[in-house]
Amino acid sequence: MSTRREVLCLQDVWAGYNGRPVLEGINLSVKEQDFVGIIGPNGGGKTTLLKVMLGLMQPTRGRVRVLGQSAVQARRFIGYVPQQVHLDRDFPVNVWDVALMGRLGRRGLLRRYTSQDRHAVARALQQVEMLDAKDRPIGELSTGQRQRVYIARALATEPQILFMDEPTASVDAHITTSIYELLQKLNEHITILLVSHDMGVISSHVKTVGCLNRRLFYHESKEITPDMLEEAYHCPIDLIAHGVPHRVFAHHSREEAEA
Amino acid sequence: MIEALQFDFMRHALVAGALVSIACGVIGVYVVVNRLVFVSGGIAHAAYGGIGLGYFLGINPVWGAIAFSLAAALGMGLVQRKTRHRADTIIGVMWAIGMAAGILFVDLTRGYVVDLMSYLFGSILTVPRSDLVLMAILDVVIVALVAAFYKELLALSYDETFATVENVPVGTIYIILLCLVALTVVMLMRVVGLIMVIALLTMPAAISEQFTSNLKKMMILSIVLGIVFTTTGLWLSYALNLTSGATIILVSGTVFLLSLLYKAVAKRRARIQA
Repeated sequence: MSTRREVLCLQDVWAGYNGRPVLEGINLSVKEQDFVGIIGPNGGGKTTLLKVMLGLMQPTRGRVRVLGQSAVQARRFIGYVPQQVHLDRDFPVNVWDVALMGRLGRRGLLRRYTSQDRHAVARALQQVEMLDAKDRPIGELSTGQRQRVYIARALATEPQILFMDEPTASVDAHITTSIYELLQKLNEHITILLVSHDMGVISSHVKTVGCLNRRLFYHESKEITPDMLEEAYHCPIDLIAHGVPHRVFAHHSREEAEA
Repeated sequence: MIEALQFDFMRHALVAGALVSIACGVIGVYVVVNRLVFVSGGIAHAAYGGIGLGYFLGINPVWGAIAFSLAAALGMGLVQRKTRHRADTIIGVMWAIGMAAGILFVDLTRGYVVDLMSYLFGSILTVPRSDLVLMAILDVVIVALVAAFYKELLALSYDETFATVENVPVGTIYIILLCLVALTVVMLMRVVGLIMVIALLTMPAAISEQFTSNLKKMMILSIVLGIVFTTTGLWLSYALNLTSGATIILVSGTVFLLSLLYKAVAKRRARIQA
């Protein structure tokens, strides 16, 4: 365990908007081939945390190191899968061209995509089983299919770490399972960190779980303790998890967890 | 129509229509997919300040318009990127200030400014050969820059955050796009007038968006539509003795509404069959 390299390190990170902190004293250490799920309520700072780690937002205090570099420098080793709701469904673009955007960082300005780029994109689409759909308009796909394309776009960057924002929001339960199976396969080579408000799905697939609500409760384990949830959600545990404290959702289907 | 072609002004008008259609088709697509319609309107009206300044200084107003529209594009671009809130208010204010400055410059200009109205409502029938050359040069500049930054423009338009993570200089690319909008607006002003610039900038792109989901095809279709609209509008205005700019806009508007209708009917038919 201890021989694995640390790829992500946050030390006492504070960040916020207009002087109002959204993240308070975040400490986080992620090692190679970790698969970290961070859950928390909406407005708890999940997307802000990703922004800080991607260098899209400067922390007001603290230190962020990604692969031993600053967040901005490390971007070219990061694959990012954003939250789908922010993207225009009717945009006139097909699957292939969306996935090609994953190669932008490799090519730079005034350079055309090469056959190497096309190979990488084809491989990425193959991995998510969307290569056959490469000519289809992105707006025609189902939410789950589109999510696969965004994962392929992130994979096309040939990343060392994958950051994902709500990867299975508004996706059917069985599609959710297939996406997590894909992620588990990818995790053999790539470190994955994802954030979601949907803890039911997360905890049965990832290796370690943390709870974020301004402050982060993370103990490098898969257990979500009642204390963590109480701290993060400020509500009694059984409202969320039927009062089952250990490896809370392992025996639960998604429907039960949501009921 | 054929006998109209013996007139120089008519041939020039047709060529001008085709030249603006190229810029319009390419840039209009970005205006539509990036929702830049309001900013484009702002740039067009702010450019009027440059036209007034041109008259005041006794130079070709087109140069004033180019300078003002580029300045407006830079200003509005920075406002839109730096202040997420109330950006539309500030753009609206710049829109009005540019317009007002133009009117005052014209007030201060000695003598009567004859063809001022032509910039407001367009005068495709009086485009001189020198303006055609300028339009062709602007077309080349616009198409070349779009070709050079095509993949960045696509990424910026589709998903700006992802483009940023991929280290695309999104701020610079965005400003370049607005400057291209500015140049297109100046060209269009000659044909339909600044008040109706937005119509010709958006309608061909909005129509073609309904029939293709590929940005390049959308551009080509928009160019073709632009040429059809300007040519048809010119012919109608000649045959019926109507104002050319307004006729071109109404031709485009009619086709736009028909395309919406067609789309609605097609959708309904698909639903019934399903």
